[in-house]
Amino acid sequence: MITVEFLGPIGKAPIQIEAKTLADVSAKLKEDAALKEWLDKCAVAVNDTMVSDLSAPLNEGDRVSILPPVCGG
Amino acid sequence: MELYHGPLDVKSIFNRWLDEHAASNYGAFIPFVGIIREEDDIEALSFDIYEPILQKWFDAWQEKAMQRGAIVKMAHAIGDVPVHTSSYVSAVFSPKRRVALELIEEFVEDFKANAPIWKYDVKKGKRIYAGDRSTPMEGAGLLK
Repeated sequence: MITVEFLGPIGKAPIQIEAKTLADVSAKLKEDAALKEWLDKCAVAVNDTMVSDLSAPLNEGDRVSILPPVCGG
Repeated sequence: MELYHGPLDVKSIFNRWLDEHAASNYGAFIPFVGIIREEDDIEALSFDIYEPILQKWFDAWQEKAMQRGAIVKMAHAIGDVPVHTSSYVSAVFSPKRRVALELIEEFVEDFKANAPIWKYDVKKGKRIYAGDRSTPMEGAGLLK
């Protein structure tokens, strides 16, 4: 199992899913219509490191963070 | 990097930073202060921060600054920040002005685009995500 957490304004509690790669996470999250609109514009981190490769393997216990558009300052 | 709940005490932060480096022999200090403007009937802005990634972002900038002989500083507010108070301050210390002038611009602009901070307008006590003023982070859309 891995954990997916939704940061900032997404307003959704973390979920636990089975996933071998981020492509699996993508497929799973798209099942939720309310999340689909966020995915276009969200960046992704695994264990607090920003990532850009859908096929990188995920390990048991990994934490995937979904980061919506930002505006600090 | 410093995070505070509520508005920043700008003067005391700058005083402390200046005191810390009073003997560091930097020839230039360039501060930036972000102040909440009164507009669109907001009472305040409010902020969520994801600290682990913000800290990494900041550490990478510190590394870049040090390669140019400079250092960067920043402080940001968490939660509600009323109009006419400050939510964000940053600064660069460097041996000479040119590096500080360049770095403060790059640092503040990249902060706007890539620091994991989410902004909300506060109107009549309600928090409304400032989505139209927000920027997708580098690599956004990976899971679409």
